[in-house]
Amino acid sequence: MSRFLKFALLASAMASPVAAEPLGLGRAATPEEIALWDIDVRPDGLGLPAGSGDVMTGDKIYTEKCSACHGVFGEGTGRWPVLAGGQGSLSDARPVKTIGSYWPYLSTVYDYVNRAMPFGNAQSLTHDEVYAITAYLLYLNDEVDEDFVLSSDNFAEARLPNEEAFKPDDRAEVEFAAFKEEPCMTECKPSVEITMRAAVLDVTPEETAAKAAAKAEEAQAAEPTPEAPTAEAPAVEVAEAPAADPALIKAGEKVFRKCKSCHQIGAKAKNRVGPVLNGIVDGPAGAVEDFRYSKPMAAAAEAGLVWTESELSAFLGNPKGYMKGTKMSFPGVRKEEDIAALIAYLRDASE
Amino acid sequence: MTDKNQNGPSRRAFLTGAGAAAAGTLAGGASAQADPAIAIHPWMQELGDGVDAAPYGMPSPHEADVKRRTVEWLTADPVSSINFTPLHDLDGTITPNGLCFERHHSGVARVDPAQHRLMIHGLVDKPLVLTMEDLKRFPRQNHVYFLECAANSGMEWRGSQLNGCQFTHGMIHNVMYTGVPLRLVLEEAGIKPEGKWLLAEGADAAAMTRSIPMEKALDDCLVAFKMNGEALRPEQGYPVRLVVPGWEGNMWVKWLRRLEVGDQPWHHREETSKYTDLLADGVARRFTWEMDAKSVITSPSPQAPITHGPGPTVLTGLAWSGRGTIPRVDVTIDGGITWHEARMDGPSTPKALHRFYYDFEWDGKPLLLQSRAHDSTGYVQPTKNALREIRGENSIYHNNGIQTWAVDADGKAENVEIS
Repeated sequence: MSRFLKFALLASAMASPVAAEPLGLGRAATPEEIALWDIDVRPDGLGLPAGSGDVMTGDKIYTEKCSACHGVFGEGTGRWPVLAGGQGSLSDARPVKTIGSYWPYLSTVYDYVNRAMPFGNAQSLTHDEVYAITAYLLYLNDEVDEDFVLSSDNFAEARLPNEEAFKPDDRAEVEFAAFKEEPCMTECKPSVEITMRAAVLDVTPEETAAKAAAKAEEAQAAEPTPEAPTAEAPAVEVAEAPAADPALIKAGEKVFRKCKSCHQIGAKAKNRVGPVLNGIVDGPAGAVEDFRYSKPMAAAAEAGLVWTESELSAFLGNPKGYMKGTKMSFPGVRKEEDIAALIAYLRDASE
Repeated sequence: MTDKNQNGPSRRAFLTGAGAAAAGTLAGGASAQADPAIAIHPWMQELGDGVDAAPYGMPSPHEADVKRRTVEWLTADPVSSINFTPLHDLDGTITPNGLCFERHHSGVARVDPAQHRLMIHGLVDKPLVLTMEDLKRFPRQNHVYFLECAANSGMEWRGSQLNGCQFTHGMIHNVMYTGVPLRLVLEEAGIKPEGKWLLAEGADAAAMTRSIPMEKALDDCLVAFKMNGEALRPEQGYPVRLVVPGWEGNMWVKWLRRLEVGDQPWHHREETSKYTDLLADGVARRFTWEMDAKSVITSPSPQAPITHGPGPTVLTGLAWSGRGTIPRVDVTIDGGITWHEARMDGPSTPKALHRFYYDFEWDGKPLLLQSRAHDSTGYVQPTKNALREIRGENSIYHNNGIQTWAVDADGKAENVEIS
């Protein structure tokens, strides 16, 4: 072989990667295994399963499973993502980026809802449910009428309005020339002024080294000394609380993962989509300050509902069956032992 | 006690008798008082913990303040949120594993490595399933790389907002990865000629996906299972993550479970709705993968004020580029009227953090501190205003503008912008 030919072969091997000798590691993936995991959908429709769903069905599913975070009209509650509106706002000072105003492809909506939603219960929707929710999100964005049916047959025709408003990374062409100049090192400007201070906005988290130290000192000062007259306090007969079962509490903590996307508990807990749960067991219903309860929950609170273990068990087993119209869009905890564990955890974590 | 009593007077006698020259170097009055640290402390007398008191060692309790912190108002919920590396407390270039910032989209997946599989399929000759054990039989490599979230400094586009480099620049970490070149894993399955793109997917409840061009996948990406010598931390993708050197952190898919080879990109949520850069005219850039050259002074900074008063002062910071190394960093202490070349120290490898120092004599007057990175391609870190002129203020991502800290006469530092 001539030296030139050798070089040419080497060059072509480098340009288009030629497979190295396989090591024979791993095993063949079966078509069934691939089918179970391969759920991705592309704009050209590759990966889209057969199915269909209409706007009205999507409305029902959305109201039940999505609206607690994304709002009834896709407006988003708290800092949860806004899904609808914002058309024409992309060059505003505060653009609203939604499916209708920003997302380039409808396939992305189907793919994302299917892979990651509902938050905390991913991959639980059927194909038809995902089609229906996707159709409803088009409706919320004024892209289709209320009688629209989205299916694997007409999916490719659906286009989102902002598809053309994306361009490839052009930093090299637009920015590099200006950002590769040798910068000034001396006498670069006659004077310098401060034009903005972070302290003006003051959004930095409170806790700093100094504050942490001050807090530690406070805590130390507040700690009762051994001589403190705690023993002199009048003895009060306290009803013996049921002994906490650490294993049950631990099991309950696991069950609580299902609740965590909406509820917090403990000293630092704050209202999220759902209210703070401190003191919920044996506490009055609908009693958390600054939380906007559903009408039926507010009414039950008014009527004096107390979350005894039996009431709470019934609610947790089937929230919507127990209280029609509750905002808690959670299907319920199926196993009774899980409910018992969850209640043990709620009791313990409140303390 | 007798020892102490005997030492006390003699020490004082030495100090007072040592003459005006020695006393003069101390602050007024200090010579009369004993330094309480010069004493017989409990740890000098009592026995400490034996070996194995902490089979997995932890930092001194005096370092309890060195920790990741979040900014609660940024996100709706802590399971889809971010916390920040305490850059102001660190030195050198390697980030300790427990301090590497976290970003999850559906919380930390609790993966059992025995039940974890990596599937490779799509446009390949032989679709494969690999166990963790299989992965560890491929030839492996070690590389130090920074991982920076594309949204690092994203809160600063409209002006100074957060007081601390932990919050303005802490979505970055730099560790040594041990892993298998992605090329070897893909070649084991055999890439078909039309396979130009790769979809990487995580095993978390967000099933995080990103499209990666095949050229990058075959260049320097790793399928990594160790960080700084030990197993990946759960929050960093245990048992296995993708390493995409120099490119935005979101692509470094954690809990990596699937690699699909295709002929075009997937345009999934994290590369359309998110991680695209909206410009002032309403058009958005997509596939802005590379991280531009950037630097920040980590001390002094708002969380690391100057506490020692005028005199010798160590200014230090970090610099990095997704396109190579950092041969040079310029530093100014007068708001950019005069710049000085900083002293680079420590290892310099491509797509990794670099450490710089500027040792100066502080006169006790207010300072305006900035650093400016130069990378090995000749790119010079721009000012925030230069970026805004081209991109507007709504990009969220890829803010690599020069950061300014204002230090007052007390040594306190603040995040500011200057003319």
